[in-house]
Amino acid sequence: MSAEQLVSKAPQGTPEPDHGDVFTMVVAHADDNLVVSHRLGELISNAPELEIDIALGNTALDHLGVARALYTYAGQIEGMGRGEDELAMFRSEREFTNLLLTEQPNGDFAHTIVRQFLFDAYQLQLWTDMAGWDDETISGIAEKALKEASYHLRFSSGWVMRLGDGTAESHERTKNAAKELWKYTAEMFEGERASLRSGWEATVSTVFDGATLTIPEDPYQRTGGRSGFHTEHLGLLLAEMQWMQRSYPGLQW
Amino acid sequence: MTYEVPVAPGETADIETSTDLSGESWPMWEVFVRARRGISHVHIGSLHAPDPETALENARDVYTRRGEGVSVWVVPSTELYAFEPDAAAEYVEANEKVYRLATTYDIPEEVGQM
Amino acid sequence: MALEQRFQEIIDAEEKIEPTDWMPEGYRKTLIRQIAQHAHSEVIGMQPEGNWITRAPSLHRKAILMAKVQDEAGHGLYLYSAAETLGVRRDELQELLHQGKHKYSSIFNYPTLNWADIGTIGWLVDGAAITNQVALTRTSYGPYSRSMVRICKEESFHQRQGYELLIRMCQGSEEQKAMAQDSINRWWWPALMMFGPTDSDSPHTEESMRWKVKRVTNDDLRQQFVDMTVPQAEYLGLVPPDPDLKWNAERGHYDFGDIDWDEFWRVVKGNGPMNRDRVAHKVRAWEDGAWVREAATAYAAKRSARTAA
Repeated sequence: MSAEQLVSKAPQGTPEPDHGDVFTMVVAHADDNLVVSHRLGELISNAPELEIDIALGNTALDHLGVARALYTYAGQIEGMGRGEDELAMFRSEREFTNLLLTEQPNGDFAHTIVRQFLFDAYQLQLWTDMAGWDDETISGIAEKALKEASYHLRFSSGWVMRLGDGTAESHERTKNAAKELWKYTAEMFEGERASLRSGWEATVSTVFDGATLTIPEDPYQRTGGRSGFHTEHLGLLLAEMQWMQRSYPGLQW
Repeated sequence: MTYEVPVAPGETADIETSTDLSGESWPMWEVFVRARRGISHVHIGSLHAPDPETALENARDVYTRRGEGVSVWVVPSTELYAFEPDAAAEYVEANEKVYRLATTYDIPEEVGQM
Repeated sequence: MALEQRFQEIIDAEEKIEPTDWMPEGYRKTLIRQIAQHAHSEVIGMQPEGNWITRAPSLHRKAILMAKVQDEAGHGLYLYSAAETLGVRRDELQELLHQGKHKYSSIFNYPTLNWADIGTIGWLVDGAAITNQVALTRTSYGPYSRSMVRICKEESFHQRQGYELLIRMCQGSEEQKAMAQDSINRWWWPALMMFGPTDSDSPHTEESMRWKVKRVTNDDLRQQFVDMTVPQAEYLGLVPPDPDLKWNAERGHYDFGDIDWDEFWRVVKGNGPMNRDRVAHKVRAWEDGAWVREAATAYAAKRSARTAA
């Protein structure tokens, strides 16, 4: 079986997004951050210790802040009067273009942390790159997001190591989490983002080594998020997130 | 005050300290923060963490809301020694005084029975 | 005797009692219970509000709500830290909460059933807390007083955002306004109950006042709260569910109806709408997280061993 046959993409017939369009690109990254923020928001009052609850909440707020800045900018680029809430609350599952990784459920703490770590390592590369772009709004957002991403990465990589090299139970759970989430990693480096991959791989290898984890071997990858071809989790997430606005449209909150 | 909970008739306000604790708890750390250059570090409170890195991250999250330019020190509570001018007699007798009662003192029976 | 005198002298001089000072047994016990229950209240309070984070109607409201709940977690932490200076461990206090031997403010035993409840909690519950906050910063025990100073600094936005949320709704559609009225119908009396039993039913008031652990009586605080809140409700166009509520010009205060003390004690005793759920949620989070805490401890031990080697 060729390597290509192991990458599951959006099926024939699904329209491809126009990656050259700045609006589409900005919205995709906004969607990533909103969805991660929402997932972390589900954990509030459920964390293993009070200090962890606070840290996750702060991280959720950071991601939400980035999402809001990006949505606002996207709306301005589009010029059709859509603001952050129109974009977040009134786009359907098929219009959301977040990475599949971000919509995966929290599961146990190992799943939450591995998901966060893989995403943080990606955002570190992404914002480092974008901080140097000519578009001042984007580079400004990226600079701030980069500072936060470094902080998030330190937290999540620290926990990957604690869990990977903690007890036998924590090692097993972390190994399973990595195995389940690995198939959503190739998607991060599609198209122009391919250049971010080597930096990401270096971070992930170093941390996995320190955590006594091995890079999962299964070559299978699932992509499609950037085309709105999601896993079955996103619909449920949006149903909850968008419910108030959809039930009571056109009101001020 | 508002978060004071009254004792219902028939209930007792005395609490025995629970002995049924599962698992080891994380050690306690004292947190010192210097809000900006030019002033000294101030003791600001404590928290629980398994290691120094987590203690520092937690301290920054909780006590500084990750304020930039803020310096944070953490010290394991067991490593903090103190002189207390009005300390109760039983503490004066000990050779080394530690700031926090919880960790190293053998609290006299009546006091320890909470 | 001399120790007790010195203790009372410090208090009478409005100075602070610090952790290693001599203190009467009753003072230590009272403080541990009061500070711990205050901390437990902050932590449990994260649940009713946390319940609406995933359904916040706008990104702005989502951010505010997440920030507020995080503040509460932080406040819980400051307070546990203060309690620990009295010779108990945080996990001991938590275990007492889990076993139902320690309580938390009864207000959090009510469910948040519509979005307006998020505003009402900020307006009434944080409003009630603020009524006594300045007084609590003057409480005699140093670590508790200092935690309260930190908490007060961070509280300023909590009540404001709740009230502002309700202004928006009450100036909005008929449906939004009805939602807000429904909310105040369910939260008004529980908010008044937050101030505790009437002082004649409160046996420890005198002692707590003498030790300057408590600074103002329950009834006085409740009256203060009503006087402040009724005009705020009027501004919103909302009607508190109390037919006996009316301004008494002679007293210079609002008269209000009788609290249902049966409900009050029922909830205090653990039989309110959400008591079991709140504790079960807390216990589950703690138990589910045991392997995580153990992993962190194991990792730290391994690293110390490696460095020592």
